[in-house]
Amino acid sequence: MHDKIRRGAAGLAALLLAAPVWAAGAGAKSEPKTVDPARDWDHLWNEVIVDITIIGILFAIVTAWFIWQARRRPGNEVGASPKLSPASAVGWVVIPIFVFLSIDLYTAANGWVLWNTFRDVPANRLEIKLEAGMYSWDYTYPNGVRTQNELVVPAGTPVVLRMTSRDTLHSHYIPDFRVKEDSMPGRITYLWFNPTKPGEHLVTCAEYCGVMHGYMAGRIVVKAPEEYAAWMKGEETSLAAATAPAAVPATATKPAKTAAKKT
Amino acid sequence: MNLKEWIFTTDHKRVGVLYLIGSIAAFAVAGIMALLMRAELSTIGPTITANPSQYNVWLYTHGAVMILGFQIPALTGFFANFCIPLMIGAKDVAFPRVNALSVWLFYVGVILALLTFFIPDPPDVMWTGYPPYSTITTGNTAMYSFTVLILGFASIIGGVNFLTTVAYMRAPGLTLNKLNIFVWCTLAAFVLQLIFVPVLGTAVSLISMDKYLGTNFFDPTKGGDVLTYQNLFWFYSHPAVYVIFLPFIGVVYEIISVHARNAVFNYKMVVYGGVGGIVLLAGEVWVHHLYVSGMADWLRIGQMVTTLMISIPVGLMMIGLIGTLYKGSIEFNTPMLYGLGVVFLFLIGGLTGIPLAVPSLTIGVSDTYYVVGHFHYVMAVAGTFAIFGGVYHWFPKMTGKMYNEFWGKLGFWLTFVGVNIVFWIMMDVGVKGMPRRYYDYAHFPQFESAHQWMTVGAGILAIGFALAVLNWIFGAINGKPAGDNPWNSPSLEWSTVSPPPHGNWPSPPSVSEDWHPYGYKKG
Ligand code: HEM
Ligand SMILES: [Cu+2]
Ligand SMILES: [Cu+2]
Repeated sequence: MHDKIRRGAAGLAALLLAAPVWAAGAGAKSEPKTVDPARDWDHLWNEVIVDITIIGILFAIVTAWFIWQARRRPGNEVGASPKLSPASAVGWVVIPIFVFLSIDLYTAANGWVLWNTFRDVPANRLEIKLEAGMYSWDYTYPNGVRTQNELVVPAGTPVVLRMTSRDTLHSHYIPDFRVKEDSMPGRITYLWFNPTKPGEHLVTCAEYCGVMHGYMAGRIVVKAPEEYAAWMKGEETSLAAATAPAAVPATATKPAKTAAKKT
Repeated sequence: MNLKEWIFTTDHKRVGVLYLIGSIAAFAVAGIMALLMRAELSTIGPTITANPSQYNVWLYTHGAVMILGFQIPALTGFFANFCIPLMIGAKDVAFPRVNALSVWLFYVGVILALLTFFIPDPPDVMWTGYPPYSTITTGNTAMYSFTVLILGFASIIGGVNFLTTVAYMRAPGLTLNKLNIFVWCTLAAFVLQLIFVPVLGTAVSLISMDKYLGTNFFDPTKGGDVLTYQNLFWFYSHPAVYVIFLPFIGVVYEIISVHARNAVFNYKMVVYGGVGGIVLLAGEVWVHHLYVSGMADWLRIGQMVTTLMISIPVGLMMIGLIGTLYKGSIEFNTPMLYGLGVVFLFLIGGLTGIPLAVPSLTIGVSDTYYVVGHFHYVMAVAGTFAIFGGVYHWFPKMTGKMYNEFWGKLGFWLTFVGVNIVFWIMMDVGVKGMPRRYYDYAHFPQFESAHQWMTVGAGILAIGFALAVLNWIFGAINGKPAGDNPWNSPSLEWSTVSPPPHGNWPSPPSVSEDWHPYGYKKG
């Protein structure tokens, strides 16, 4: 009897542990399309939400059913929960452990695949430096062009932000791209996103940074590649005009219109 | 009744009641802060204050006082003090004077926290106190550090006391396998407190040293490191979640077993698998609070696995609860409604935590209202329901009198409906992008009506909680006599008179071979 349980459990374990590994492998193969972390995030999020909804509803129905069945009424003045044999007492530990563990590992495997998507930056990226401060987002392009609270990027090119902060913690959060990462003094952190279509996306601060934290907003403007090139030309010219004659430090960033109030 | 006798008491039950009064007062204050925040957020732009700092101070007070002044003291102060010696058949705790010291320190801590409203630059560092902001703000960070240190110290000396008490003062015949689940849970919580509170003490001391004494532990321009604080802070504060969870689920076990008149399902599974498993895993999951903080990638992935594994002991504890309901004989009185409420609220809270264990999903929802909604379900609201249910459950023992069932049930239903309105909507706007700790949401105008519903929900639940507290006050003054054992429970605390005298039993109890705290018999 005990032996049978033990053997059964071992078989179950092998099966359940293998499943997530297989699932993770299957996810990794379908690579060639453009990598879009936001789309993959939606996919996994929906999957997990559907799973926990099913588990939750099942649990809730069973519990509600038990409660209703067990209401106190004539003839049912004292509970009669079955006395467990040692084997079933152990079974009630081992089997749930394997069920939970398999769900955990399955979720972990999928989560890890998505994690790699969020952390492996494609090679054809646009590198932007970001310095956050109370209360603005200051972007610097590879060619030295700088903008504040508005980042203009070409559609179809992955963008990576190398981030730091000049004062407190901030978190550059782009809800539309499902991504954020804190920035802080003394370290460089990064995040990347893939703007596929022209459009505008809100940037908002997601780490308490001070009194005006709630107002620390900006936006990402995605332009068609040719429009972006034209915009960049203009920026380069005005940058050259600002730096060339007097050789003053190029602090004259073009302030962008934005919802953020400055204090 | 003599006030001096109460203040200088060393009787564990009176110390417990002092803890209860203090923590309910703290709950009321922190609850009013929540209502002020909800009022402020009911419209875009300034509503009841034009000063964002004011909102931040409310939020700081709400978070810090709810956790450090209400839940931890109510659970490890009130319930532990009142119930543990009675449940193990002891006359008192091992060190009654140390116990009195701990409740005094608790009052000092609460008063310090309340001084927030009277000093010119109150702390505005949130209950997490992250540097660099906490070291450069004009708000009073020292106040934050001292409040945390004093309340932490109060709780540590309580821990030493109860571990000793349960080890040495159990009634003859009361073996470890006959301890109430609540006792096991609370001991485990104290073990966690003893290990981890010193780390929190270190963290909050270092920020005040940085701010006032010119050290540079967290200032990278002078060789410090910002992230170190977050690691220290959560190294304690994640286990702190279990310091809250364990006793509150222990309370729920007592409630459900007694009012379903049913033995706890698979006792050893609950104790060794559930409580033991949580103690083992508690210290290995703190990085899930730092998934977007810039931690090393391998740590984020490693602690994703340990965090997900928390579902095992917690799941076993849920199975134990539901198994205890199975084939029970359930009476739907007020304490039981709260107990059953916890089962459903915790189910929602636990399941919505699964995506938050995964770093790649958290990258989207971290620091949004989704997180705030989740942890209110799983800890704030589930814990508060357990506390309220537990106070109702032991109310006849504490006072010898009965509360009013009608007002009790009405209060429960109002709160239950209210919390679901507030925190369900909160999770929904969070997934859609609403960040937490916002005084204003001018760039999210689409959420205004959701915020208004949350404010309505908060009003409803506040009425429910107020009804419960009033019910206790009126019940304590002129409730009907309850008798010594109104629930017909074999657990030892019900075997003495209500309220129990100093020393608890005229002569110390002993228990027989076939006695068990959950051995229900007909009649
Ligand atoms: C029952 C009624 C409650 C309501 C209506 C409520 C409401 C809120 C609101 C609106 C926020 C802040 C949202 C933000 O601006 O980020 C918040 C934060 C918080 N609440 Fe509650 N809350 C309640 C109960 C509790 C309880 C019982 C606890 C106990 C642990 C608690 C712990 C917290 C914590 C720790 C925070 C985060 C504070 C921070 O961001 O530093 N709440 N709550
Ligand atoms: Cu911010
Ligand atoms: Cu945690």
